[in-house]
Amino acid sequence: MISPVSLTVEDPGLLTTLQDLGRWGAQHHGVSVSGAMDRLSLRLANRLVGNRDQTAALEVTLAGPTIRFNRESQVAVSGAEFILRLDEYEVSSETLLSIGSGQCLMFGRRLSGARAYIAVAGGVEGESFMGSRSTHLPTEKGGMAGRPLRRGDELRVGSLRGESVRSHPGPGLRWRRRPTGGTKVRVILGPQVDWFPRDSVETFCSKRYWVGIASDRMGYRLEGPPVRRGDAREMLSQAVPMGSIQVPQSGEPILAMADCQTTGGYPKIATVISADLHLLGQLGPGDWLEFDVCDRVIARQALVELEEIMASSQ
Amino acid sequence: MNSDQSSWTIRQEGDSGIVVSFPECIDPIINSRCVALACEIRSRQLPWVRDVVEAYASVTVYFDLLAIDNELAVGVIRDLANKTVAEPEKDKELEPIRLPVCYGGRYGPDLSVVSAYAQCSEHDVVRRHASVTYRVYMLGFLPGFAYLGKVDQKIAAPRRKNPRLVVHAGSVGIAGKQTGVYPSQSPGGWQIIGRCPVKLLNWSIERPFLLESGKRVRFEPIGEQDYERIQESTL
Repeated sequence: MISPVSLTVEDPGLLTTLQDLGRWGAQHHGVSVSGAMDRLSLRLANRLVGNRDQTAALEVTLAGPTIRFNRESQVAVSGAEFILRLDEYEVSSETLLSIGSGQCLMFGRRLSGARAYIAVAGGVEGESFMGSRSTHLPTEKGGMAGRPLRRGDELRVGSLRGESVRSHPGPGLRWRRRPTGGTKVRVILGPQVDWFPRDSVETFCSKRYWVGIASDRMGYRLEGPPVRRGDAREMLSQAVPMGSIQVPQSGEPILAMADCQTTGGYPKIATVISADLHLLGQLGPGDWLEFDVCDRVIARQALVELEEIMASSQ
Repeated sequence: MNSDQSSWTIRQEGDSGIVVSFPECIDPIINSRCVALACEIRSRQLPWVRDVVEAYASVTVYFDLLAIDNELAVGVIRDLANKTVAEPEKDKELEPIRLPVCYGGRYGPDLSVVSAYAQCSEHDVVRRHASVTYRVYMLGFLPGFAYLGKVDQKIAAPRRKNPRLVVHAGSVGIAGKQTGVYPSQSPGGWQIIGRCPVKLLNWSIERPFLLESGKRVRFEPIGEQDYERIQESTL
């Protein structure tokens, strides 16, 4: 069944794309995972409207869009905090919004974070590519013809309702750390940490780095004290996941993000733990990052705790 | 190749990745073990495995860390790595995929660069490039982009100092001992010596990727007229 046009993009904002939890299982074909930069906020927005976690929603970047809803819709916004208006009324994020036919959801000033998610009950429709609707910008696949939304785009909303019941975030999630200007994240030392002299690893783990201007959904360039490599030998390319930090010969680390290539040829000094990945999605150019080394036991415990808060939020 | 554990190590890629790491070299037998191990892990359809990515000399397994304990996951992968051996004999039976290439001219703007690097004629560069049966060592960079090796030492020119913003789909490039075909248009830094009219990607079929790791490729020089004829027939 073809659903009628359900929402119209009046103003696309800086970079608004369709994203879900990404496409897995084809990285050995060179197909990137892609998906939301802050998967926790995407899932939260989906849960608020009763969608399944993996349902596609709109990812808003730094400056938000204006969206007109052409029929009654249940909507939730999560992630970065913006001043939100529904026509002339100010509304809240991280709560269920019942939007009437013809009403406009407008993003105003951004207060914190970098990326927000707009989930619509039933899910936003788009091109499904290898099992996911996520937009992969470098290869122009998935979502809205593989590109960011433009003024005048018309999107359909699915009729598929999730099996999960609509839920409200518990206090734990409402109070979750949302980076303002920067954040600390926990890392596990990388598979090539032995390529770096000890003092380089110490520098990386004790100094502050800044997200460079040349940063996007593929990765963040980190500016700060250079991370010297032991020698100039070349590494053979190997798999690179979101959250891993590669160091080219220049010593300027590169933090791989959602749209990163499946493989890379620079040694990896560390990898951000799964429980802290969502924090990275809330950073923009100019924000700072500090890295705390932890072990896999702590990393797993942190994720278990985060999931417990998610599960207890009904 | 022996399969004792001394030839590989297990490393951690964050909290949810396991890297089986072989000695760092571009070697068909080592790579054959990587491909065999990756296929073996995939064939098990383990519910906690999210993705398996084989590369030149490594296999990375991404797992769902809420679904399995890290130590258990490492144990399973270690067992499989111990059991899996290279299958170079099976490899030898592989018939190469033949890819026609129109070398030089407007399709291969860097052929002269490689020729100058190799201090031989353009004709000689083409002959050397097309006289090797290449192995697909891995895919990466772009969907369907295959890293092929090894290129004849004499023509193994390094990457361009200034990468191009646009490399056309089908472009055949050299980067040191690696060669490859760009499956789609993209920015790129490889020395472009020709263009292949055969599509490496076809999203409309069930198996969209012509090249997979472990397969063999051979390039066959064609003229511009043949290039256009093949391209038209595959539109």
